[in-house]
Amino acid sequence: MTPQETVERALALSKADRCVVITNERSEANLRWAGNTLTTNGQMRSRQVTVISVVDGASGTAAGVIARSAVTADTLEDLVRASEQAAGDAGPADDAAPLLEPTDGAAVDGWDAEPDETSIAVFAGFAPDLGEAFARSRAERRLLFGFAEHVLESRYLGSSTGLRLRHTQPTGKIEVNGKSEDYARSAWVGQSTRDFADVDVAALDGQLAQRLAWAARSVELPAGRYETILPPTAVADLMFYLYFSAGARDADEGRTVFSKPGGGTRIGEPLASQPISMRSDPTRPGLECEPFLTATASYGGLVSVFDNGYPLGATDWIRDGKLAELIRTRAWAAKTGAQPAPMIDNLIVEAPDATASVEDMVARTGRGLLLTCLWYIREVDPQTLLLTGLTRDGVYLVEDGEVTGAVNNFRWNESPVDLYGRIAEIGRTQRCLPREWNDYFNRTAMPPLRISDFNMSTISQAS
Amino acid sequence: MAGGSARDVDPAFLALPQRRVADAALERARSLGVQHADFRFERNRTQDLSLHDGKLDSSRDGEDLGFAVRVVHEGTWGFAAGVDLTPEAAVRVAEQAVEVARVSRPVNSEPIELADEPVYPDVTYVSSYEVDPFSVPESDKVGRLTEWSERLLAADGVDHVDATLEQVLENKFYADLAGTVTTQQRVRLLPALSATSVDRTSGAFETMRTLAPPVGRGYEYLTGTGWDWDEELARIPEWLAEKMKAPSVDPGRYDLVVDPSNLWLTIHESIGHATELDRALGYEAAYAGTSFATFDKLGKLGYGARVMNVTGDRTVEHGLSTVGWDDEGVQTQAWDIVRDGVLVGYQLDRRMARLKGLGRSNGCAYADSPGHIPVQRMANVSLQPAPDGPSVEELIGGVSNGIYVLGDKSWSIDMQRYNFQFTGQRFYRIRDGRLAGQLRDVAYQATTTDFWGSMAAVGGPGTVVLGGAFNCGKGQPGQIAAVSHGCPVALFRGVNILNTVREAGR
Repeated sequence: MTPQETVERALALSKADRCVVITNERSEANLRWAGNTLTTNGQMRSRQVTVISVVDGASGTAAGVIARSAVTADTLEDLVRASEQAAGDAGPADDAAPLLEPTDGAAVDGWDAEPDETSIAVFAGFAPDLGEAFARSRAERRLLFGFAEHVLESRYLGSSTGLRLRHTQPTGKIEVNGKSEDYARSAWVGQSTRDFADVDVAALDGQLAQRLAWAARSVELPAGRYETILPPTAVADLMFYLYFSAGARDADEGRTVFSKPGGGTRIGEPLASQPISMRSDPTRPGLECEPFLTATASYGGLVSVFDNGYPLGATDWIRDGKLAELIRTRAWAAKTGAQPAPMIDNLIVEAPDATASVEDMVARTGRGLLLTCLWYIREVDPQTLLLTGLTRDGVYLVEDGEVTGAVNNFRWNESPVDLYGRIAEIGRTQRCLPREWNDYFNRTAMPPLRISDFNMSTISQAS
Repeated sequence: MAGGSARDVDPAFLALPQRRVADAALERARSLGVQHADFRFERNRTQDLSLHDGKLDSSRDGEDLGFAVRVVHEGTWGFAAGVDLTPEAAVRVAEQAVEVARVSRPVNSEPIELADEPVYPDVTYVSSYEVDPFSVPESDKVGRLTEWSERLLAADGVDHVDATLEQVLENKFYADLAGTVTTQQRVRLLPALSATSVDRTSGAFETMRTLAPPVGRGYEYLTGTGWDWDEELARIPEWLAEKMKAPSVDPGRYDLVVDPSNLWLTIHESIGHATELDRALGYEAAYAGTSFATFDKLGKLGYGARVMNVTGDRTVEHGLSTVGWDDEGVQTQAWDIVRDGVLVGYQLDRRMARLKGLGRSNGCAYADSPGHIPVQRMANVSLQPAPDGPSVEELIGGVSNGIYVLGDKSWSIDMQRYNFQFTGQRFYRIRDGRLAGQLRDVAYQATTTDFWGSMAAVGGPGTVVLGGAFNCGKGQPGQIAAVSHGCPVALFRGVNILNTVREAGR
C-alpha cells in the first residue's frame, strides 16, 4: 500500500463519527564516532500509521488514538477497529474540538507525491572528509567524537472532513567534539543541515583546533556572577525550554512563570527593555518546517489531536520585548475566548539592527566569559522558570577584547525569562543547533547575548 | 525455560514470522562473509494516559514492530533496520547492514571483536507480573485515575491534579549466527499523580507528587499490590498545604537524611552513569558525556565511605532493567560495582568486555526499539543496606541540625558526573533528632566523591525501596531505557544546601 492508499482505505473503513489518519514514512542514516574512529552506524526505515477515531457521546466527544508500525493491507482494518474501540473506552476528551475542513486554510500541495527516502549514501562525500579529519587529528594529537544524522520524514494526513495534506521534512545535524589526548581540553561545534551539502568538515575541524588552542592556558575561577557572552547555541537551549514552558492553559491556571498574580496571564507585559522578539515561522528560509499541524497524540495542554491540519503561520511569542502569545490549543482557545496558537517546529529570536557577531562582542569585552554551550538543563523552580545546568566544552576567559584562556566549568542557575530583563547586548541572529535539545528541536536561529551578571552558582570539575 | 513469571509469551507475538525472517537475514549475512551477525525482532506496545483535573487529556496506544540486522564485516560494524516482515525484505536489510559497514570502513580504525558467550539454543523469559495491563479495558484505567484525581481535587487547597499512567509490553526475539535464540516478554508501569495548590493573590504555587516508583509489575500495581495508593493519596493534600506555608530554607551546610524515594536518582546519576564503561572509554563523549571513574582507576578509586557497597544486576524481581538475556544474547547477572567504598566493576557489553580483557560481558546491551542499535545501557544499580542498619527514625534521631529529603523532582549532573544538584518533593527540617516541619525552596548540591565520602550511615534492609525511572536517555540516535535502583535510607554529613529563590536572584 502507498501511504495515500493507506489513508484512503483507513478512512473508508472507519465507522467512527469522524476520523483522522496520519502516515509517517521515516528513513534515517547515521554515523557515530569516538577517539578518531567509527563506533556505530545505521540505516533505518520505519512506517507508522496513526488512526484517530472521533466519537460523539452523550457526555462529550472522545478520541481513540492508536499508532502502529508495520501495518499492512491485512492489518489495517484491525487498527481502525482498535481505534474506534479506544474512543468508546476512553470517554470524553478534555481537548475536544471540531475537526478542521479543507476551507480552514491549510494548503494541499503534492498529495500524490511518493515519500522521499534517505540512505547511507547521503554520507558518500562526507565520510571521506571525516576520515581526513581523523587523520589530521591523529597527526595533531587531537581526538574527535561526534555524530552525523540525516532523517527524511514524509507525512500524509487525511481526514473524514476532507483534509489531504502532505509534507516532507528533511532534518540533519552534525556535532563534533574535539579533545586533547589527555581529555583535559574540550571543544564543540555543531550545525543543522537539510542535506549535508552545506557541511564543511575541514572548516568545523579548524574551529575545533582554534578553540583547543585557546585552552592552552587554563585559568581557575571561583563561582559567582560573571559578565557572560552566550553564543547562539547556548541561547537556543535556554529559549527552547522557555518555549516549551509557554502553554496558555497552565498559565491561565496560575501555575507557570507566565501566570499573573491575581489571575490571568502576563501577555502584554514587558520582559525585556530592548525590542527583542521570539517567533516561529514555518516559511523562514533555511528553517522551513511543516506548515500545518500534525499531532499523533495530545500533550499537556500544548498539543491536541483535534487540531490536526491546522494551518501554521508566523507567530510572535515575544514581540519588541513584550510577551505576545502563549501556546494554545483550539479547545482551550474556545474555553477562554482567545485565538488558537499551536506549537510550530522552529524558533527564532532576533532584534532589529542587531549586527554584532560573537567575535565583535568579544572584542568589546573588558573582562568576561565566552561560553560554548549549556548542558543537562532542568527546571528547578517553575514559579520563576529557574533552570539549572552546566557549561560544557569550553568556557573562555576574555580580557581586553581577546580570549586569553579557558576557565573551569560551572553549574549555573538562571531563568531564561529573567535573562530577558538583564540583556546587556544582543548580537546578530544566526542559524544554530541547540546542543542539548537537538533530538527534539533542530531548527533554531538565535543571537549571541551578553548578560552582565550570569549566575555561575558552583564549580564543576568536569573538563 | 527461565524467568520470573508463570505467564506465557503473548501468542500473538509468537504468531509473527520472526523465525523465518531471522533465518533469511542470518543466512544472507553469512553468505556475505560476515564475522558476526545478530538479528532482533521486536514488538513494543505502549499506552500513555494523562488526565487533567480528572478529565482525559490524552490517550495514545502505540505499537512499534520491526526488525534489525547487525553485522561485523571485515572488522567494522554495520547496522540496518526494516519494517516489512518478509524473508525477502530481511535479505535486503542484511545486505544494507553489510553496505553500511562498507561505507563506514574508511572511518574505522579499531577492528571489532566480541567477548565469548555460551550458546543458548532456544530460551524464553517472561518478567514477573500478574495482570497484563493491555488486557485491562481503558475505561477501567481512566475510571481509576479519574476517581483518584477527584479524591485529591475534593481536598482543601488542591486546585489542580495531573494524573498519568505509562504502560509498556516489550517483546523481543533475538537470534545470532552462533546459534543463540531468545524470546522474551517484559511488562512495566509508571503511574503518577501530582496535586497543585495556587495562591491566586500572591501568585505562589506548589506541587506534591506521589512517590510510587515505576515498576516491572502488571496492572496489579494499581489495585493494591506493591503500593498503598489510598494511604498516599489521603496524605498528599495535608503535605501540600504544609509545603505552601513552609518557611524558605536558609542556605548552608546541613546533615541530610535521604529517603530511598530521592536517593535512587542520585545513585542513578552519580554512580549508575559514571560506571558505564562506554562512558569511561569516551564513546559517549560528544553526547551523554564521559566519566570521572576512568578505567585506570578500576580497583583503586575511593568512590565513597567504607559503608558504601553498590551492585549492578539485571536479575532483581520487578526491576525495570531486569531481563533474561541482553540484546547480544548474554545471560544476565549480578556483580559488584563499589565494594567497601572502592570502584571494582563496570557495566559492559560484549565488545567492551573483549577490548578490555574483562572476560564475559555482564549483559548490559540494550536497544529501545527494533530500529536502534544496542548500546550499553544501565543495569539495576543499587546501594546495599547494612545488615543491622538503622531505621529512618533512628537515623533522624542521630542528627542535630539537618534536613530529611523525600521524593525526586529536579535533577542535573555534569558530563563527567562530578557536580550534581537535586531538589525533591518534601524537605523536613531536623532539629535535635526530631522532624520540625517542612521547608521550601531547597536544593542539595555536591561533587560525587565528596557526597558519597560523607555518607555516615546506611539504613537496614527494612528501609530498602526499589525506585527507578522510565526515561533514561543515552546514545545517538537517542534511546530511552527504564531502570530500577534499590537503596536504603542513608545519612550524609555537611551537604551544601541552596535556596532556589535566592539562586533566581530574588
